[in-house]
Amino acid sequence: MDRQQREHEWTLWMRAALQGDEQSYRRLLSSLSQGLRVIVRSRLQRLGSTPSEAEDVVQEILLALHLKRNTWDPQTQLAPWVAAITRNKLVDTFRRRGQREEIQIDSVIDSLQSGSASDDTDAADVERMLGELSPQQRDIVRSIAIEGRGAQETAAKLRMTEVAVRVALHRSLKALAARFRSDG
Amino acid sequence: MKTDQLISALSADRLAPTRPIDRSILLALLGGSALAAVVFALRLNVRADAVESLGEWRFVMKFIVTLGLALPATSLLLRSARPLSGRMPWWLLLIAPLILGIGVASELMSIPSAAWSRRLVGHNAMYCLALIPLLSIAPLVWVFAALKRGAPERPGVAGAVSGLVCSGIAAALYATHCSDDSPLFVATWYVIAIGVVTLIASFVGSRLLRW
Repeated sequence: MDRQQREHEWTLWMRAALQGDEQSYRRLLSSLSQGLRVIVRSRLQRLGSTPSEAEDVVQEILLALHLKRNTWDPQTQLAPWVAAITRNKLVDTFRRRGQREEIQIDSVIDSLQSGSASDDTDAADVERMLGELSPQQRDIVRSIAIEGRGAQETAAKLRMTEVAVRVALHRSLKALAARFRSDG
Repeated sequence: MKTDQLISALSADRLAPTRPIDRSILLALLGGSALAAVVFALRLNVRADAVESLGEWRFVMKFIVTLGLALPATSLLLRSARPLSGRMPWWLLLIAPLILGIGVASELMSIPSAAWSRRLVGHNAMYCLALIPLLSIAPLVWVFAALKRGAPERPGVAGAVSGLVCSGIAAALYATHCSDDSPLFVATWYVIAIGVVTLIASFVGSRLLRW
């Protein structure tokens, strides 16, 4: 698949996701995460980071893409917007370690395409941050993310309503994103 | 947690924002302006000769200048809320100063130089300095709440531009009350009030709007 086709596909997936298409959204995030992993690892090499630390940054970027998706204009292509969020988060990562990094949007867009780096490294910080959520939030995130239950099934298991589960899930994700920010 | 697991959690989250950030900001501006108008109506009043003053160019110019700032700055505000703001059309911010400059020049030519300083000092400079920032508060708070849902490329810039928009709206409201119409007065006191609000908003933005 050539570059433009791939980028166009991302755009279509995100449009569908904004209409509530969960499958397209999952496909989009998986596809993006591979390119993001390549970019983050190559940038963080300079800092001597471990794969697990790089995976934390990949997850921080995915969280930002998710929580800020209302800042993407569906009339435009998705890739430049993804690259802008990625650049911002990478610059933050360097700043937290007292370093400056110049990153061009175009180089990020290029590398987004290059990735086919699948991986099952655990993100260490995210694991620790999960531990800082409330017990109920933690149970919900674990049930949905790690045990692979749906929201409905999780609600039944925890004797909650599905709406309450979804609200708690959303709050947990926001809390994780905020935790990344304040770590700086 | 593995990244595939996080992706499962993200795609199960149906509460992630879908309303476009532009719309959030415009709604906040409408709400904030309406609230500022209510505050104005509770505490202040439109001056008695407002309608007949519509024939006076100095009075009308106060609205052209303040709204000539707020409206173009709104288009900058919408861009500044995004992670990729692209080329910002900063020249839009020259509209208001240009019009004000023409106003000041006309004023200097139409009245004797002995009257300049009296016009500049005016009657209510202190009110102007206090009320424009006060009337800016409601729209600013509302717009900042909307910007928290955004992802500004440069948070300080987003803050400053919100300051320009909101103090421009506040100044237009205040202008209906204020009895000083001379462009010399506007170019001094209105500009100081707007500048102060913009500086504060820029500072608060750089702190509060990081994401």
